Amino acid sequence: MLKRIVVEGLSKDFTLHLQGGQEMSILSKIDMQVDAGECVVIHAPSGAGKSTLLRCLYANYRASSGSVNIWHEGNWVDVQSAPAQQVLAVRHSTLGFVTQFLRVIPRISTLDLVAEPLLMRGVEKQAAYEQAEELLSRLRIPQRLWQIPPATFSGGEQQRVNIARTMICDYPILLLDEPTASLDEANRATVIDMINGARERGAAVVGIFHDEAVRQALATRIFSIPAAVSLVAA
Amino acid sequence: MSSINMNNTPPLLQARNVSKFYGGKTACEQVNLSLYPGEVLGIVGESGSGKSTLLNCLAGQLQPEQGEVLFNTRDEGIVDLFTISEARRRLLARTDWGFVHQSARDGLRVEVSAGANVGERLMAVGARHYGQIRAEAQDWLHRVEIDANRIDDLPRDFSGGMQQRLQIARNLVTKPRLIFMDEPTASLDVSVQARLLDLLRQLVSQLQVAAVIVTHDLAVARLLAHRLMVMRQGQVVEEGLTDQVLDDPQHPYTQLLVSSVLQA
Repeated sequence: MLKRIVVEGLSKDFTLHLQGGQEMSILSKIDMQVDAGECVVIHAPSGAGKSTLLRCLYANYRASSGSVNIWHEGNWVDVQSAPAQQVLAVRHSTLGFVTQFLRVIPRISTLDLVAEPLLMRGVEKQAAYEQAEELLSRLRIPQRLWQIPPATFSGGEQQRVNIARTMICDYPILLLDEPTASLDEANRATVIDMINGARERGAAVVGIFHDEAVRQALATRIFSIPAAVSLVAA
Repeated sequence: MSSINMNNTPPLLQARNVSKFYGGKTACEQVNLSLYPGEVLGIVGESGSGKSTLLNCLAGQLQPEQGEVLFNTRDEGIVDLFTISEARRRLLARTDWGFVHQSARDGLRVEVSAGANVGERLMAVGARHYGQIRAEAQDWLHRVEIDANRIDDLPRDFSGGMQQRLQIARNLVTKPRLIFMDEPTASLDVSVQARLLDLLRQLVSQLQVAAVIVTHDLAVARLLAHRLMVMRQGQVVEEGLTDQVLDDPQHPYTQLLVSSVLQA
């Protein structure tokens, strides 16, 4: 199989300096591999570090030790040790990340926000906007909202804008943190179709999904985090 | 934010062991950094942390006691800013980089018109054709969302937000590859800030211009910067990708900074 992500010995501890230097060990020596065409669902109890693991894969969190190797344009890049510019390049063209919450940018309309990743990749303006409109329609964001910045949208609408903004690019790797959490039945089904579509075209997908039915519909494999949470006084 | 071209291009700007002291007091100490073309670096920290001093050293306005600042110039390759003549440094400050001050009045000439504020920068780098200079000034006023019919007005009659946008136009008209900004939004109302931020974000990504932005506002840093450096008492205590530093702060001071921000 075509490997896309290889995680080796990944540990993540937090030192809470404002709490008297309390140390929390969240992830301990995680090994994980994800192939193209797989959808690996991270499954573990609350607080066991599901989001922490996903954020380490994106290099949003800096690992305490271990490596996160991402197959990027024909080479392996350890995003935990690569220079900043290289991590940004990996995120730009290889790693798509749907977070739980949309980070709204003042004054930028919904349509601009969704089209932006394509424009940044040099896609011609008209084509980018056509794709953005198609995705927003598919995700049932009413046309009258397209020109409005999503700051005032409902949680579900913002989440769909967030999904559209990532799914508009055909990322080879998708990291998904509960993308369906606040969606209704119909929209959940649409997002499931989109994720399965991405996987079928060969994307490697890693996600957190609390809903059992969503897990059933998406997962080709479950990855359990070994319960290793410990609280050590400094 | 746009991505950065990484085809083994050399850094545009490099600081090596830059230290600056005022009297016996350390303003910044042993700072090292590399900035690549198109990259936006944010420098955050509280007042007195040395971030503005560092910015002034990087921009060739303040000579550090130790260390060197290397700039990859358009015409002459890499030069050490403090071994070249003052005159050459001043020329580079017009051709190769720009500087946006916190107070627009420090960066504008308030006694000449808005159009002249933009146009004189073009003349300083050799433009002579009046019609073209005026047309370009007009184009830039439009790009920073200033009405074309204000071109002959004096900037002192502009609002704070307009003055700041004019200052940005004045700095970008000569197409520098780097722009230094010292608290560009700090003196503005929140709604005006949003407009300026959006504008800066667009301009930086359209023009692929690199930037060093000093700010105490972490939200501004999040929106504009690819990378962050956190300064405290003249020292860089932490650096990394912007989202890493803000979402997973490691140093006690950064953790304090991040946790002190009020959630709106």
